[in-house]
Amino acid sequence: MWIVKHRKIFYSFSAFLLLAAVVSLLVWGLKFGIDFTGGSLLEVAYESNTPTASEVTLALQKVGINNASIRPTGDNGYLVRTPFLSPEDHSRVTDTLTLGNTRTFEEKRFDSIGPSIGSELKTRAIYAIITVLLAITLFIAFAFRKVSNPVSSWKYGLVALVALAHDVIIPTGAFAILGHFLGAEVDTLFVTALLVVLGFSVHDTIVVFDRVRENLRKNQEQNVKEPFEEVVGRSVTQTITRSINTSLTTLFVLLGLYFLGPETIRWFTLTLIIGIIAGTYSSIFLGSPLLVSWKGKEVEKKKN
Amino acid sequence: MLKVRLTALILLILGAGIGWFVYSSNTDTARFPFRYGLDLAGGTHLVYQADITKVVSGDIDSAMGALRDVIERRVNIFGVSEPLVQIERSGIVGGGEHRLIVELPGVTDLNEAVKAIGETPLLEFRLAEQDGTSTTTVAYVATGLTGQFVERAQLDFATGSHASYANEPLIILNFNSEGATRFREITTDHVGEVLGIFLDGALISAPVIQEPIPNGVATISGNFTPESAKELVKNLNFGALPVPIELVSSQSVGASLGETALNQSIVAGLWGLALVALFLILWYRLPGMVAIVALLIYVAINLAIFKLIPVTLTVAGLAAFILSIGMAVDANILIFERTKEELRGGKPLNEAIHEGFKRAWLSIRDSNLSSIITGVILFWLGGTAIIKGFALVFVIGVLVSMFTAITVSRTLLMALGFGSKGESGIARFLFGTGLPGRGLS
Repeated sequence: MWIVKHRKIFYSFSAFLLLAAVVSLLVWGLKFGIDFTGGSLLEVAYESNTPTASEVTLALQKVGINNASIRPTGDNGYLVRTPFLSPEDHSRVTDTLTLGNTRTFEEKRFDSIGPSIGSELKTRAIYAIITVLLAITLFIAFAFRKVSNPVSSWKYGLVALVALAHDVIIPTGAFAILGHFLGAEVDTLFVTALLVVLGFSVHDTIVVFDRVRENLRKNQEQNVKEPFEEVVGRSVTQTITRSINTSLTTLFVLLGLYFLGPETIRWFTLTLIIGIIAGTYSSIFLGSPLLVSWKGKEVEKKKN
Repeated sequence: MLKVRLTALILLILGAGIGWFVYSSNTDTARFPFRYGLDLAGGTHLVYQADITKVVSGDIDSAMGALRDVIERRVNIFGVSEPLVQIERSGIVGGGEHRLIVELPGVTDLNEAVKAIGETPLLEFRLAEQDGTSTTTVAYVATGLTGQFVERAQLDFATGSHASYANEPLIILNFNSEGATRFREITTDHVGEVLGIFLDGALISAPVIQEPIPNGVATISGNFTPESAKELVKNLNFGALPVPIELVSSQSVGASLGETALNQSIVAGLWGLALVALFLILWYRLPGMVAIVALLIYVAINLAIFKLIPVTLTVAGLAAFILSIGMAVDANILIFERTKEELRGGKPLNEAIHEGFKRAWLSIRDSNLSSIITGVILFWLGGTAIIKGFALVFVIGVLVSMFTAITVSRTLLMALGFGSKGESGIARFLFGTGLPGRGLS
């Protein structure tokens, strides 16, 4: 099986992506959304004669808001991000954005999250990630409790976790890059997308491992001696179409959402797309080959 | 065979029926309309944090209940259709804060909403100012005595011998020491005058001061019903607003943005569905058709559930539903791939389908379980309405997809299955895949 045979190439590719992700994270870091930091987000669309971003900045400075981030959105609108605004602050902001009553605009949305809620949501996100990781680990351990020959079941679990880490680190790294260049923010939706990717990816990995398990059992029943590497290779071959097709149908709907869906969930959809591609890659090119590599090491040790 | 085909027919009719229900119940007046969240329908979502530090722990629940009632009445005055006011405890993660969630569909002016809610009910005692000799009341003058000085209010019923007064609800107010002093001064200085009692600026009772009242106890006999008297007592007992509140988070979405988001979601969903269907036909041919039918029934069942529960659909919820469409195909793909393998192994078609399903089932179950675990944790720890909406729809989607896989896909495939004798090259081709010989190692 070519995938298992040339696994070093695929490892290198993953390693390269992981390295790039980690470096981007270290260099640029993540840009957190207002649901984690607290703050306000105002989206306006001017009806005509849209002011320039610097005019908007100036107008905001007039009412004492100096550290707003202003991003154009749509043809004639701005997304204004500021520290937490009370309702009174908010009305001062909407007043000043008329530039002395010379412009009219529609207020499309206004989100305001107090610092206490922000830190609570952050804590919740961390708890959710930890709980999902724990639950999935337990789930994998349970799913593979009966396989122990020639690779013990906890190793399936550990390999699956390595694959999961891969699937989470890559989109996160991508968001460091997207955040730096395009202003993508890490918010509760991002975390939700990551957790969905975790569920999806582990499900992909399980299907392959499940097949390895089945083939091992069959060999045992029929007294066939087949090297572990070949069993894994055969299992990957048998499941690769399914893995790719399932990911494809999911990607189809996500692409529809990304290009045609609502603006507010565009980054969320992109996170899912990146994560699901990474997840499919890891379950085919990383998970099962890793099992083989590990087993190989064991055999070498025994020989010594 | 006949039995399977009959079941398949029944399933198809049921599916069409559910689809019809979803389609036909889509008018504004229908009993089961879709329910849209504020980010789709436009509106304002406010989260207040209650400061309960001064409330005795045993009274917190009733204080919060009273707070909700006060705010609810405010919101109703505001004239919003289907407002939502609910108490929320933020749980261990959130430090056990007491919060009040207010949702105002259709209200996009945040400031107006906040102002209307922030205004607290006010009880005032005002003296009537009379015009010279006539007894007509010209105006009422504030006395500085308000509900703020009420220590305790209680409900009583008149026991007078006069039939018309008997059992009339009365409200007995006990002022605190400062309130009692003021009340004594007012009643001493203005014997014979009318002391108007105002609630939120409206006169509810205008008794005449008969004599000075030194003990700080006032009795109000308005035209109360027992219910309205009870309400007032409750409000007075908790002061104006029973506990101070602070706006900690707000979200308002303009109606146009919500409408655009809804339309975009529908378009995106339809395109996604079309792409998936095209792929299924090109790759899986006949079984692909089966998968499409199964998928359509899946969509219909899901939409019907959204209506019946009802699930409040948000932007994230619709995204979850669209995502679940892509993922729901998975069960079918697992079954088909397995069936094809069994075919290659030389099994007759019928048996291959049977085996294919049997073996795929374990994978379907396990893989969906991991999605359900994620979904439940998200719902439980998600915190925001957005995440909860996403998680709920996602979990419903996964459960329904498992159900349609074991009922619809399976039955339809079996019904299409050809008897082992009549198996032809065409049937095998139709169950085959786009790339002959692919994947054989």
